[in-house]
Amino acid sequence: MASLAARRTKDYTIKAISVAFAALAIFLLAWILLTLIAKGLPALGLNVFTNITMPPGQNGGLLNAIVGSLIQIAIALVIGGPIGIFAGTFLAENGKGTRIGAAARFVNDILLSAPSILVGLFIYQLLVVPFGGFSGWAGSLALAILVIPVIVRTTEDMLNLVPVGLREAAFALGAPQWKVVMMVTWRAARAGIVTGILLAIARAAGETAPLLFTSLGNNSWSVDLSKPMASLPIAIYQYAGSPFDDWVSLAWAGALLITVGVLVLNVVSRLVLSRSH
Amino acid sequence: MGLAAREARLTERGVSGMDATMDTTGEVGRIPIHKAKSVGGVSDPLFVAALWASGIFVLILLGLIIAQLFIGGFPALQEFGLDFIWTASWNPVTEKFGALVMVYGTLLSAIIAVVVALPLSFGIAFFLTEIAPQALKRPIGVAVQLLAAVPSIIYGMWGFFVIAPLMAQYVQPPLIEFLGPIPLLGVLFQGPPLGSGMFTAGLILAVMIVPFITAMFVETLESVPPMLKESAYGVGATTYEVYKNVSVPYGSTAMVGAVMLGLGRALGETMAVTFVIGNATRLSASLFAPGATIASTIANEFPEAAIGSLKLTSLLQLGFILFVISFIVLALSRALVRSRLD
Repeated sequence: MASLAARRTKDYTIKAISVAFAALAIFLLAWILLTLIAKGLPALGLNVFTNITMPPGQNGGLLNAIVGSLIQIAIALVIGGPIGIFAGTFLAENGKGTRIGAAARFVNDILLSAPSILVGLFIYQLLVVPFGGFSGWAGSLALAILVIPVIVRTTEDMLNLVPVGLREAAFALGAPQWKVVMMVTWRAARAGIVTGILLAIARAAGETAPLLFTSLGNNSWSVDLSKPMASLPIAIYQYAGSPFDDWVSLAWAGALLITVGVLVLNVVSRLVLSRSH
Repeated sequence: MGLAAREARLTERGVSGMDATMDTTGEVGRIPIHKAKSVGGVSDPLFVAALWASGIFVLILLGLIIAQLFIGGFPALQEFGLDFIWTASWNPVTEKFGALVMVYGTLLSAIIAVVVALPLSFGIAFFLTEIAPQALKRPIGVAVQLLAAVPSIIYGMWGFFVIAPLMAQYVQPPLIEFLGPIPLLGVLFQGPPLGSGMFTAGLILAVMIVPFITAMFVETLESVPPMLKESAYGVGATTYEVYKNVSVPYGSTAMVGAVMLGLGRALGETMAVTFVIGNATRLSASLFAPGATIASTIANEFPEAAIGSLKLTSLLQLGFILFVISFIVLALSRALVRSRLD
């Protein structure tokens, strides 16, 4: 065995390296955020929120993209939220210990990490081709499929933390399962379920790939869900790759908006969870 | 007896009693039992059915996605057969399509990402579990996790506008100069310093998967029984020796699973890669040459493909291949992680 001094030196060296690696991770996060602020903040004028996307040089904004994103995220939540919460409840209650429950949990874990662009292709095949066109509905459904596994996972985890004794007490009073779940278990796990929904919103807000072939994007004002619909990530994608300076800076402004929104949602969801414990 | 079964039995018995009690504020006897029973009697089976339906929906969703991609890509499979996977050409003009370039690009960029992310994750996990003072542990852990929350397209823009120019100017030229002339190995580092390409894509992917791998490393390392570590400390081991010889071997299975999860994430990443990989559908040995992944090719070429065209079905077939690859990697990852936790 090496001498004590040599082992000590090695220990210190490795510790120094791992401190440096942690610092590097923080540095990268700061670098990304500072880049966004430096390039996005100057471009973040009132026009971003009041004007819709326009041809280069006409002081366009991102209003239609912001509204389109909000609409699609909202519909994705309305569809995916209940399915996710119910499926998560199923895994934690009725499906516990059954083969179907185990299989559904396995599938959900895969869906959680599966390439999101394939969800876009799936909805394209399922809705866009048969109904003859890109639409806000298709985009919303693609986002709903991405939202579901996030909500299922957090709901199940949070319900598993609810003491069995609480459920047993409610059942012993003679409550049917729907009352036990809705009035006891869901209520006890409320903060956790809200966390899951916030994280799901954060995920849906930043996803670009599944919207490429579903809602496509739209450069004019449209809130018609049966027509192609604009969204912030798609507008950023389109503008960032363009040769026009004002479009590129609008893309940075949009990127700043999305990132700040997503990071705030993540931090808030952590606060909600830690405050409840 | 399982909890579910017990609940079900309790539910059956409890329905009528509870509702009767509530409806009559204690005067159970006056309300006919069958009337009260119908309240819980209808809503409870409905509720339970909704729970089952949602669970089964999630269960079949994956199958539906795979089936749709397979059906969509089937014409390409008919046209090219299994050769599709080994064919290196992707030519929309002659309508000759093959997946080899993209499969190679997908695997190579993901492997670069894992190779770079692995030491980083080991280091950060060591820092978070053994070195960091309690007060710093949580904020730094959260900051690392926030790297995972930054949307893919933001990484793409950052990579394209910030990282790629830096790579072209400062990183790639010296690498090409010093490593390029080495026989055999040098092939990987030749060609013009374009900035974008396979290497840059791999680096960006590495930053994106570090938080996932680190989080699972930390979770695993924190489950190591303190007594094992204390025994090692007791015989005079240093912090690093305990980490290397006790903690990591104890959690090795789950940690391999964590790395597989990172790999699975990197394989399917789309927007970040599309911005920085250069999108060239030809095979190059050099890491600095532009390439393409399955996901980036789909994102780039899908909008130009007409419905029903051979190109579109080939893209769907590519999607199917990507799904199969990620499914295998993610399923392996999950099996490894769960095997130790259960």
